[in-house]
Formats: sequence, structure tokens, C-alpha cells
Amino acid sequence: MIFNPSLALSLPLLIPFLGAIGLRLFSRQPSLREGTSFVTAFALLLSVLNIIPLANNSPTVVLAQPFPDIAIALKLEPLGLLFALVASSLWILTTQYAIGYMRGNNEKHQTRFFICFAISIGATMGIALSANMLSLFVFYELLTFATYPLVTHKGDSRAQHGGRIYLGILLTTSVLFLLPALIWTYIATGTTDFVAGGILQEPLAGSALGSSIGSPSALALLFTLYMFGIGKAALMPFHRWLPNAMVAPTPVSALLHAVAVVKAGVFSVLKVAIYIFGLDLLSQGNITDFVMWVAAFTILLSSFIALRQDNLKARLAYSTISQLSYVTLGVTMANSMGLMGGAMQIPMHAFGKITLFFCAGAIYTATHKSHISSMDGLGRKMPITYAAFFIGSLSIIGLPPLGGSWVKWYLMLGAVDAEQLILIGVLLGSSLLNIAYLMPIVIRGFFMPLQDPQDDGRIAEAPINCVMPLALTALCSLILFFGAEPIYQLIMPILEHHSG
Amino acid sequence: MSDHFIDPFIAQLPALQILIPLLAAPLCVILHHRRTAWVLAMIASYCSLAIALLLLQQTSDGTVISYAMGNWAPPWGIEYRIDILSAFVLVIVSMVSSITLPYALRSLEKEVYDNKLYLLYAGWLVVLTGLLGMTITGDAFNVFVFLEISSLASYLIIALNRDRRALTAAFQYLLLGTVGASFILLGIGLLYQMTGTLNMADLAQRLPLVSHASGVRTAFAFLIVGLGIKAAIFPMHSWLAGAYRFAPSAVTVFLAGSATKVSIYLLLRFIYSIYGSELAFEQLHLSSILLPLALLSIVIPSMVAINQKSFKRLLAFSSISQIGYMVLGIAINNQAALSATILHLFNHAIIKAALFMSMGAVFYQISGHRIKSLAGLGHLMPFTFAAFILAGLSLIGVPLTAGFISKWYLVIGALNAGWWPVAALILFSSLLAVAYIWKIVEAAYFKPPLSPNTTGAIKEAPLSMLLPLYLLVTANIYFGLNTQWSVGTASKAAAMLLGGGQ
Repeated sequence: MIFNPSLALSLPLLIPFLGAIGLRLFSRQPSLREGTSFVTAFALLLSVLNIIPLANNSPTVVLAQPFPDIAIALKLEPLGLLFALVASSLWILTTQYAIGYMRGNNEKHQTRFFICFAISIGATMGIALSANMLSLFVFYELLTFATYPLVTHKGDSRAQHGGRIYLGILLTTSVLFLLPALIWTYIATGTTDFVAGGILQEPLAGSALGSSIGSPSALALLFTLYMFGIGKAALMPFHRWLPNAMVAPTPVSALLHAVAVVKAGVFSVLKVAIYIFGLDLLSQGNITDFVMWVAAFTILLSSFIALRQDNLKARLAYSTISQLSYVTLGVTMANSMGLMGGAMQIPMHAFGKITLFFCAGAIYTATHKSHISSMDGLGRKMPITYAAFFIGSLSIIGLPPLGGSWVKWYLMLGAVDAEQLILIGVLLGSSLLNIAYLMPIVIRGFFMPLQDPQDDGRIAEAPINCVMPLALTALCSLILFFGAEPIYQLIMPILEHHSG
Repeated sequence: MSDHFIDPFIAQLPALQILIPLLAAPLCVILHHRRTAWVLAMIASYCSLAIALLLLQQTSDGTVISYAMGNWAPPWGIEYRIDILSAFVLVIVSMVSSITLPYALRSLEKEVYDNKLYLLYAGWLVVLTGLLGMTITGDAFNVFVFLEISSLASYLIIALNRDRRALTAAFQYLLLGTVGASFILLGIGLLYQMTGTLNMADLAQRLPLVSHASGVRTAFAFLIVGLGIKAAIFPMHSWLAGAYRFAPSAVTVFLAGSATKVSIYLLLRFIYSIYGSELAFEQLHLSSILLPLALLSIVIPSMVAINQKSFKRLLAFSSISQIGYMVLGIAINNQAALSATILHLFNHAIIKAALFMSMGAVFYQISGHRIKSLAGLGHLMPFTFAAFILAGLSLIGVPLTAGFISKWYLVIGALNAGWWPVAALILFSSLLAVAYIWKIVEAAYFKPPLSPNTTGAIKEAPLSMLLPLYLLVTANIYFGLNTQWSVGTASKAAAMLLGGGQ
């Protein structure tokens, strides 16, 4: 179906922006507007499927040339394809869910909401397809600003406060850490291109900063700048934007946590590790040690915090913070198994966590309950929702036969390869904590009596456009367990590059 | 149609650049009609822009145009000397005037008494003449003459605001402006005493011969301080906030986009083309003077801006901090940083003009400039505030905007000089810009309107104000994506300055 490779590669970026224009045109006709959202979402998925054959022989499409030697350009590679596929397929479900939610709750400014939604997914596609670090940075910042109106959608003082922290942390980390890291990389190597095997191994000769990159401590500093600079990966202590973004409508939480924002963060982490540093360089010396302990600490501490949250969405938010650091942890192991675990986490966590968020939203829509302590007995009234929640939880915990189990498997192999056996302990501990903060919700739902007997007749499953997406994503988590092989085949070549 | 016809015209371009606005100004007074005056100002301004663009085209390959005014050969007569840097600044100044005038029509009719409008347009043209003259001339004393012309006229057009507080603001500007101009005059006088010439090119040749004389150093000190006052470098900035706040909105847009830029241009001219970078930086240690001033200029006014209650004052303090970036580029004194300074002359002109325009459009509708009174306006004036946000992002230096390009080169310049902490400070200061820009965004979008009765009366700004505003916003994005012209010109100009001047 590819007509012209360059055009095909630009389409996933163009379609959401064209969709946004269409949404603006139909702002006064809700049905046409919603129709446009769906058409855009499906067209996007098709355009991403269309570029699958380009994964290993992609052209470079230059969009703009702000500097003589760095372009804003697109180039497809396997990891970006994986991310684009996950984001575009989940976007369809999120759109369906969002339309139901926004209409059901009579939210204001729906056109603005869906336009920002479309621009966010466009920025996400830009991140997935970026040919170099500057382009990625550009789309990364665009995503921050496009999601800000979504986070602050309610427009009250709580939204304002949440928005401040959201923008404050994401901008501060990206401007103070990520941008210097990017410029340092550029000055030291003369490029910011994503090259298999990394670009930092061959610093520019002659330049003072080129030679400064030679020492392991400089590399460790640069790596740390990158890891903390990518604030969307929510490494502690720069994680607080995520729980604060919970003031947003639930579809936005799903978008933030599963589809676009946090995945863009961990995707960037993987890109930096694989294409800027390269595995060979990462595994030398102790470049990654500091970040590794921060990631391990984040995994455990945020799980403990999750345990203490009674608000379901807040608990899931802290769970996300912990799960994101799996990717960073995998990267810091600096071997192909660890990175494979990190890459696998993108689709596995996406489908698992979006299921849980859809369930939280469905429970809220059906019962207007948001606190776990008040959710006793609901499982028997909402069996599909709770079954999906159970499946999603198992995937997050990492039990077979669900997709999430592969992540833990590869991460543990990575820990063994890296001879960091204590990380196995961290991963096991995290799994136990996952059980401790997710399973009680299911158990309360199925086995505890209803708190208010009057609820008996009143409570039923949420409307179909809430239940269908969550059932589908739960099913996908199951399928991904058996379907992990193609992902492995897709990703493995880029990890083996230069390391063999 | 042949070169016979065009060549004589082309040869006179430098004179026409000044003469057209200079002659149009008294014509405005004679005709004494506000709309006619506006039309004349438009024609003169667009002619200036066209001439400036032609001059830039001629000089972009490194050519230096020398024009002997009245056919008196330099160094005795007054020489107009145009290289790529002065042509670039000519374009910036005439462009800001040309884009602002269509906007000014409605805006000024509201803020200035009708029977004074013709005077305002005449004054506007005199300011334009002075600014262009300072840029185009190759004669140091002529710089002072044009400086006085533009300053006196700008006191006038600031004071013409209906708001009578504009009078005290203009008076304060007058006092400090006069101090600055006197310092510059003293500096130029000392230079003449030491070398016996006023022609810049001539000065550049003779100064090294007397470089150890104390008069040369004293002159340098006077010039730097005098230009520092005119450019509003911290702590010599106090006139700017009042002047920008109380001037009619369109006048603020024009001055913010052009006046301080020309002062920075003169700073570049005196430092690099007359003193030469060796004398200025190695013998007179200019970096160690400018660096602290630049850093203070960047940080302190930004913090002051965060605490402002008036959005016009907030933007004025933001201007001072942006001037700090330009001075910083000079202090760093390498190719990338100096390119950033020259580039930011242009980028900041389009950024700050857009910001002042959008806030001027708000002032047009609500007749107040307290940030509190912006409450709820984001939904009532969506296009104006969308433009403000986009220009604000450019000011912050978000990628895809012109402001990012300036910061990029400045940071690279700082890193190439090995000044890590300075680079970190530049980036940190972007966050301060986020704080004050977002203060306005939050006021406009998150606060409920002050009184529901008035909101019915507040509409989107008129199209004649929105169009120039969006032209600038588009320019902000365009020059963030395609920098061939802007960065190309700036880096050629920087290379010329660093390569030994003239």
C-alpha cells in the first residue's frame, strides 16, 4: 500500500494535525466532530500499519532545517514502529471512551479537548518517528504543551494547581537537564542523529568538549542528565507531575498513562540508550550505576506509596511511576536482555494499565465511587469490569499467561547478565507489592458484601462504550502473552547491533 | 528598462532611506489631518522597508556600501556606510514600524486625542528617521545627532497618551535619555580629541595608535555607560518600564521592537568596528564588565517581572532581561554567541512586538493594564490570547519558535567558551520566563471574569489589530523552522565583526 515512502512516513504525523483542523471546522456539529475523531484515529492506525515494511529500510524525511547541520526529520526504526503501533491502536479505543465520557459528563469545551487530544497524538507520532534527538526534543515539548490544556480542562483552581506542577516539572527537567544533554551531545559529536550502535563512541576530534566526553565520569553525568531530563519517564524525585495530573478527565489519564505521555518518556529513555550511547558504551565502567539505584528505589518506594492510596486513580498513578522505572532499570542493566525487557514494557504496560484506568472510569461512571474503601462487593454487580481489572492486574504483576510476564522475565535475565542479583530481589519485591496493592481491589469487589444494601438493585455495568474498550484491552493483554514473539523478533536486531 | 534607469536610483538608496521618513514627517504636520498623516506614515515606512531590504540584498555578499552625503568625500564629509549588520538592523527597524502602523490606526485613535494624532504620526516618522540614521551613518558625531532626533521625538510620542501619567514617564525617560546621550557625546568628543576624526572607519585606523592614552579608555567608559542607558541594561534600565507602560500601546510596540535594538547595534559598532575586539576585550577587559551586567540583566528583571501587577510593566521588565541576552552574547565574544546577539535583535523584535501587540489589543478592549483585569478574557478574546501564548512560547524559547534558535546559539556560544555556569543560567532564566508568561495565561484562563455585566461588552480585537499580530506570530514560527535567512545574515554579520570590523 505504500505509494511513496517519504509521504507514507509523513502521514502518521500529518493525519492527527489534519484531524485537528477538521475538528475545528465541525466544532458546532458534535456528531460530525466525533465522526472526524474516529476517522482520524482509524486513518492514523492504517497509516502506521502502512509503514511497517519500512522498519528496517526507512528513508529520512526532512521536515524543517532550523540549523545547518541538524534537521527536524523523520526516520522509522523498529522501536519507533512498536511505539507508534501501540499508541495508534490504543488511541482508537481511547477516542471511543473519551467521546462516551465527555458526552456522559456534559463537559465544556469539548472541541478544544478533542483538538488537543489529536495534537497530542500527533506529537506522540513525531516522537516515535524522530530521526534525531533534536526532533525528539521538539515533539517532546510539543506534547507537554498540547497536553497542558487537557490536564487543566476543568479550569478551576485545582486544575490550575495541577497544571502548574505538570508544566513546572516537565519543563524544568527538559530545559535544565535534557536540553543541556542534547547540546552537549551535539557539541561533542557534531550530530544528534539516532544511529544504531550509538554516536557517543566517536566524539569529535579537536574540540575541547569532544574530548571531555571521553571520561567515564563525564559519560555518567551525561547519562544522568538524560535520564532525569526525560521527566515524562517519572524517575523520582521528578515524579510528582503524574499524580497531580489526575485532576484531568479520566480519558486524559488513560492517554497520559498508557498511550502518549509516559510512554513517550520511557521510549525516549530507550532511544537515548540504544541510539545515542549504544550498548557497548553503556556497559563500560559504571556509567549507569547511579541511575540504576534511583530506578530501583523509585520502583519500590512508589509501590509503597501506592499501597497507601485509597483513591483508585491515585493508586494507579503511583503504580505507573513504579512501572515506568522498570524501563529505566532495564536500560541501566546495559545488556540486550534488560533493554528487551524495557522495550516489551511499552506495549505490555500500555495494555495492562489502560485496562485498569478504563475500569476505574467505568466504576466511577456506574457508581460515582472513586475510593477503594467504598468499592466492596461491586465485582458481583459489574463482573465484566472486574474480570478485566483482574486480568489487567495480573499483567501488571507479571504473571503468565499475560503479556506483563515477559517484561519481568527479560528484566530478570538482564539482571543476571549484568551480575546485579540484588535487582532480582527488587523485581520480586515489586511483584509482591503489585499483588498487595492491586489484588485487594479485586477481592473486595468479589467477596465483600455491598456496603449499602440499597445499591443491590441500582448498580449495574457501565454503558457499553465504557465496557467494550476495557474488555478489548484486557483481551489484548492476554493475546500479547502468546504474541510476544513478533515483538522480540522486531526489537532484537537493534539490540544486537555492534554488541556481537 | 535598463541599468541606466535603475542604477542612479540604486546609488541614492542610502540617502533615500533617511530622506523619505524625514520629509514625510513635516508633511504630516502641514497637512494636519489624522488619516492623511497615517497614510503618509504608512507610505514612508513601507518605502523605508523596501529600501532597507534592497540594501540588505546588496550587502549580503559582504559588500560595504559607502555613500558620501552631499558628495563631501569621507572622512571630511558625513559618510553613510552600510554593511550587512547595519542593513540587517535597518530591516528590523523599518519592518517593526511597517507592521505596527496598520495596528496603530485603531489603537491610537482610542488612546490619543484625535487632534493630536497627526503630531503622533509625525513624531513616529521622526523616531523612525533617527533610528535609521543612527544605524546607517558611518560618522560618530552623526550618530549623536540622530540619537537626539529619535530620542526627542520619542519623548513626544510617549507623552501624547491621554493618560497623564505618561507625562512623568516621558519626563523620566527624557532625563535619563539626556544623561545617556551626554555620556555618548562626551565619549565621541574624547575620541575626536585623541584622533582628530569623527569618521568611524578613520577612527578604527587611528585608535590603535593611541590605544594607551587614558582618553581612549575614558571615552570607552563613557560610550559603554551612555549606550548602556539607552539600551536599558541593568542597572541603567529604570526609564524603560515607565516609558513602555505609559506610552500609547502602538508606540510601545514600535519602541520595544526597535529603539533598544539600535542601541545594542551601536554598542556592537563602537566595540567591534571602532575600538576593535582586540583593544576592547584584551586591553580593556570588556568581558569582565559586560558579563556581570548581562547576567544581572537577565535574572533580576525576570524576577521583577514575575511580581508585576501590570501586564505592560511585566513585558517591559521582560524586555530588559532579553536585552541581557544580547549583551551576554557580546560578553562571550565568539562566533556562535555574537551570532545569537545579532539574531536576537531580529527575533526579539518579532517576539516582543507580538506580545505588546496582543496586550495592546486587550488594552483596547478593557482600557486597563492590571493583570487582575485579564480574568476570564481567554475565552472572550481567544485569538488575541492564542497569539499571546504562541509569542510567549517563543519568548520562553520553546522549540519550533524563533526564540529557541537564539537561545540555542547563545548556549552553544557559552559552552564553546567553556562557560558552563553561564549556559546553565541561560536555561534557568527560560524558566523564569515561563513563570511570568504563565502568570498572564493563568489569569486569562483560570479566573472567572471580574464582573459578569462587563463581559458582554468585551469582544475580540478588531481585524486591523489581529492581522499584524498574526503576521508576527507566524514569523515567530517560520523563523523557528527556517533560519536560513535570519541565522545566515546574523552569522555573516558576526563573522564580519569578529574578522576585524569594517
